[in-house]
Amino acid sequence: MSSMAVNVDRLGKKFEIGAARSSNDTLRDAIVSGIKAPFRRLQGTQDSNTNDFWALRDINFDVAHGEVVGLVGRNGAGKSTLLKILSRITEPTEGRAVINGRIGSLLEVGTGFHPELTGRENIFLNGAILGMRRTEITRKFDEIVAFAEIEKFLDTPVKRYSSGMYVRLAFAVAAHLEPEILLVDEVLAVGDAAFQKKCLGKMSDVAGEGRTVLFVSHNMTAVQSLCHRAVWLDGGGVREIGTAQKIVQGYLQTAAVSTAEQVWDDPETAPGNDKVTLQSVRVIPQNGVAFDDLNVNTPLDLQFAFYNKQPDVELNFSIIVHNLEDVCIMNVVSPAKRYDAGLVTGVCHIPPGLLNDATYRVRLLVVQDTSVALLDAPDILMFEVKDVEREGNWYGKWPGAVRPNLEWTVTYRE
Amino acid sequence: MALTDQASLGSQADVLPDLPQTIIRKTTGLAALQLDQVWAFRELLYFLVWRDVKVRYKQTALGVLWIVLQPLIMLGLYYVIFGILLQVPSNGVPYPAFAFAALVPWTYFAGALGRASISLVEGAQLVTKVYFPRLLVPLSAVLAGLVDFAIAFVVLIVVLLTYQIVPGVEILLLPVFLMFAIFTALGFSLWLAALNVHYRDIKHLVPFIVQTWWFATPVMYATNIFPENFRWVLALNPMTGVVEGFRWALLGAEYPGAQLPLYLYGISVAISLIVLISGMFFFRSTERTFADIV
Repeated sequence: MSSMAVNVDRLGKKFEIGAARSSNDTLRDAIVSGIKAPFRRLQGTQDSNTNDFWALRDINFDVAHGEVVGLVGRNGAGKSTLLKILSRITEPTEGRAVINGRIGSLLEVGTGFHPELTGRENIFLNGAILGMRRTEITRKFDEIVAFAEIEKFLDTPVKRYSSGMYVRLAFAVAAHLEPEILLVDEVLAVGDAAFQKKCLGKMSDVAGEGRTVLFVSHNMTAVQSLCHRAVWLDGGGVREIGTAQKIVQGYLQTAAVSTAEQVWDDPETAPGNDKVTLQSVRVIPQNGVAFDDLNVNTPLDLQFAFYNKQPDVELNFSIIVHNLEDVCIMNVVSPAKRYDAGLVTGVCHIPPGLLNDATYRVRLLVVQDTSVALLDAPDILMFEVKDVEREGNWYGKWPGAVRPNLEWTVTYRE
Repeated sequence: MALTDQASLGSQADVLPDLPQTIIRKTTGLAALQLDQVWAFRELLYFLVWRDVKVRYKQTALGVLWIVLQPLIMLGLYYVIFGILLQVPSNGVPYPAFAFAALVPWTYFAGALGRASISLVEGAQLVTKVYFPRLLVPLSAVLAGLVDFAIAFVVLIVVLLTYQIVPGVEILLLPVFLMFAIFTALGFSLWLAALNVHYRDIKHLVPFIVQTWWFATPVMYATNIFPENFRWVLALNPMTGVVEGFRWALLGAEYPGAQLPLYLYGISVAISLIVLISGMFFFRSTERTFADIV
């Protein structure tokens, strides 16, 4: 009906998170709960459950033929879910999408690579998995090998490849896909800088050939240089659609807003479910330092409080810290303990001289029986750690994801 | 900085030829089988089978020899226990020939069922990252076993010839019985593989199922050791039809009076088909949630 390559119309995807599933997912429970409607149960059309989580809701946008569109947003915003729906890996819960043209999707480099098979064998296998015909692979074989720069190792099992070679080969196969519409998830985040540059070059060739590309990336420079337009996803919805330039600027601005504390007075609107509801989260710098002056030598506490609504459950907590480039800096896990229903308050102490100077985002997980995530709250806190005046003669940016003060042993002999 | 300006995009859209259209929405109800999709992805099926076969014998010192040795060692054991010590009647056929003719299709079936029923979970990486008809996963696992079967079958013929048994024209029907072994393995695998995505109990259950099934199938014994009016119970097991069919096709001339009556084959075949077709529908209607759950 339209000349659009992709038309997304009120698309939504609902997941049933952790607890809801675990209570039903043993064979015994399923048998106990009756064999009345096995088909219905397995199709996931369960009665509306309290632990529903909408990963995407009410998504609308169009992509014209030949257009390159970037998808930006934080982790958990729904970008990957959207790509998975469009590549038919998973079904939407509501709404629909119409795609005109053959779809090729690249959600991961090296899907289906088998470590025991040689490079040559994996090219054919991976090509077939990505949807290429055998004749097509044969035709492009030399080109793929040249792109990956692995001529000498063609007949070596890929398990003996270095990780760089592995990624180069995987990307090379994928880069030679020629569908009309290409869906690409964050795949450029792999490989060394030189190879990333080569991949970006290949991507812009693809874009230049007038093919339609939907491109997820955290690399804002790549989005700006490759994409005509961008869609900004936030919390499962579309926040803004516009030129790549405009969206990237807007996104980078909000991404840097600090959140020292959040308090939810009303449990109804607080993040959570019928098992766990957040009450408050805080970044508390120690030694009387103000939040805005927090630096690499300030010890700080990450405090959270939530209502536990289940009696006698074993819980533990996980605090995951990301930087703005979406690199995970650390995942700090507490020991598991039993709790009755009530308000649970926890503090994670971050010592001075661990974090580097950067802006950090905090995600909190509440986990039951060290296996089921009851609550997953991304981006609940954001704080900036400033640099300090350093001794010595060098004032450049301190490299590294962290800046720990470690013990040294140095010996000297004359 | 955009690489192509918007003006050129508009004109391009007008000259595009008819493109295949895909509509993505929630599917409900009993899903169509979409066997045409399986056919469209036949090259991928070929590569998945090829990968299974290739990987299985990489880095094994004896390689193909395993496929020959394993059934022969089993046969030796069974011969000593059932043929010599227990004196299981074999209807006048030398016991090793009698047992091996059934053991070869059984081994294929047991292997195919074992691999295919856990194939979806094992192939989770593929299922969550690429689109293709999920049916290919258990199907390729079932088909990959045919390479082993072919080699074991050659060994079987050699064993028969050493006992001076030359199969008659009945052997021409052998592919039909093999087909039903494939159907049975695939049918049950589809149920088990789909259930295994939701309930990992299945993985632990399968070896037990195969073990029990082996006793319920006339591999080491003949159907006619059962009283005549109870034999239909054995035929409810589709593998009864398969292994007795193999014996008939291979030992036909040497195997008088012991054949299964036709109606018992009918029961086996009917059950095999019912399981296969219901399995395909069950698999298809649960397929839509695999990627979310696996």
